[in-house]
Amino acid sequence: MLKSPVPITREELEHLADLARLRLSEEEYSVMQSDLNRVLEHFERLQALDLAEVALTPHSVDVAGIWREDFPMRGLEREDVLAGAPDVQAGLFLVPTIIE
Amino acid sequence: MKLFELSAAEMRLRLDAREISAPELLRSHLDRIASVDPQVHAFITVSEDRAMEQAERAQEAIDHGQAGPLTGIPVALKDNMVTRNLRTTCASKILENYVPPYSGTLEERLLDQFAVIVGKTNLDEFAMGTSTEHSAFFPTRNPYALDRVPGGSSGGSAAAVASKMAPLAFGSDTGGSVRQPASLCGVVGFKPTYGRVSRYGLVAFCSSLDQIGPFARSVRDAVTAFEAIFGPDPRDSTCVEMPYNAKRASIGEISGKRVGIPKELMSDAVDADVRAAFRGAVDKLAAHGAIVEEFSAPMIEHGVSTYYIIAPAEASSNLARYDGVRYGLRIEEGSHIDMMKATRAEGFGREVKERIIIGTHVLSSGYYDAYYAKAHKVRTLMKQQFREAFGRFDVVVAPTSPTTAFKLGERLDDPLALKLADYCTIPANIGGFPAMSINCGFADGLPTGFQIVADSFAEEKLFSFALGAERIISPEPIPLAI
Repeated sequence: MLKSPVPITREELEHLADLARLRLSEEEYSVMQSDLNRVLEHFERLQALDLAEVALTPHSVDVAGIWREDFPMRGLEREDVLAGAPDVQAGLFLVPTIIE
Repeated sequence: MKLFELSAAEMRLRLDAREISAPELLRSHLDRIASVDPQVHAFITVSEDRAMEQAERAQEAIDHGQAGPLTGIPVALKDNMVTRNLRTTCASKILENYVPPYSGTLEERLLDQFAVIVGKTNLDEFAMGTSTEHSAFFPTRNPYALDRVPGGSSGGSAAAVASKMAPLAFGSDTGGSVRQPASLCGVVGFKPTYGRVSRYGLVAFCSSLDQIGPFARSVRDAVTAFEAIFGPDPRDSTCVEMPYNAKRASIGEISGKRVGIPKELMSDAVDADVRAAFRGAVDKLAAHGAIVEEFSAPMIEHGVSTYYIIAPAEASSNLARYDGVRYGLRIEEGSHIDMMKATRAEGFGREVKERIIIGTHVLSSGYYDAYYAKAHKVRTLMKQQFREAFGRFDVVVAPTSPTTAFKLGERLDDPLALKLADYCTIPANIGGFPAMSINCGFADGLPTGFQIVADSFAEEKLFSFALGAERIISPEPIPLAI
């Protein structure tokens, strides 16, 4: 039986945005709420399938456990890595205060 | 014939015969870019000086008898492929000024073979889209009709090859992002089996589906490009060593080949004119001895839903790294959480934010079983249905895109219409199968695509069939709009 999904509310969307560390504008909230509910409605077709006995395939190729030899090698130079950082101090990434 | 009009294979012959030099060949392409890219907008960055140094090194390699199949050949890279000391933006404001301190495996292998990287091409931001309209910078135009999209997300690479700004380009294909733009721009686009090509240095979107593949104006050139880049890489544990027989790949035989067409890809979901062009091509192949039969793979109809659960789920996790701390944009604001939110609000476009939200939702507790787990079960069934088909058929063929190139802006407000553009290409990603699109002729002056899918790691079978199909379908070319 196809049933309509429970639509995403504005509050739920705000919670999702918070989890994803996103801040949305008023316009984005309204567009996204309607887009998201349309997309979820489309997903509802999957609910009609009988999948109880089916195994999951999280990966498309059945090859696993490809490990390289574990040996020491040079990484990138510190100054090259820090060159792209927004803020740096004493050879380290500088971030806003995390622990008061 | 101008140099930029040649195939990569012909360029190689002339370079080796010393009829032309690598810098001269590059110059011809840079001039072409200067003349047509202001209309097409395929490139985000043209790396002229760097490319000229690479061309000079290529010429030295040729002079020392060290030329390989790509030596001296100008290539373009989608701008989600990391290039050392060359800006790599992913067409996103969050990486607008990002200059990588390292080379991805693709760049490394290309430069080891003395290919010449002319520049970085436009895409939908972080490869999320089917029209290249979601680039944070500008849309790319279709070289056959400048008011239409080139497809996406690798629209810049497809348009660059179609408009002869490079004989070869690379894109990434997660749900069709190489094949669909190849179809809309009338060129060859190939997505290898998942696991053939290293993803090290390909900015991650959906790690279990992403795969790098070439664009070219002939099957032969696409095969050459693939052969130059595939193979295991200690830096990507999903990239594996599997046999490949180049000789068998070049046979080109169609007669006696068993060809399956999935009914689900010949339904009303695909435009009638696209189906008609495809039917015409199939009839030609049958006349040359291909044994064609329809079959059913009902899970195809759930491909788009499956894809739009799996891909955003992985994307929401992969894009967590853009936090304003180590590289890319930072918007200073209060606490570290506020800084991250402000940075991501400013740095990501609407489509990317939407997919992050969808991904976060389908992975939330309480919804995980309803969406994410189900999608992976459908993946199991989809793979099974194709595997069964490959027991009966050498290849599976279908239209590449349900439509020809649509007008810019036409679908921007309809999130589903844009997503359905991947309807015919998603199954090969979900199953991990290799798949190629070749030109299938034109409908109302716009290219249509003929898609060929083979079993996992059966690239040689696919290439052999594609070479034959290209020769037999051989559509009458029509002039570009530039």
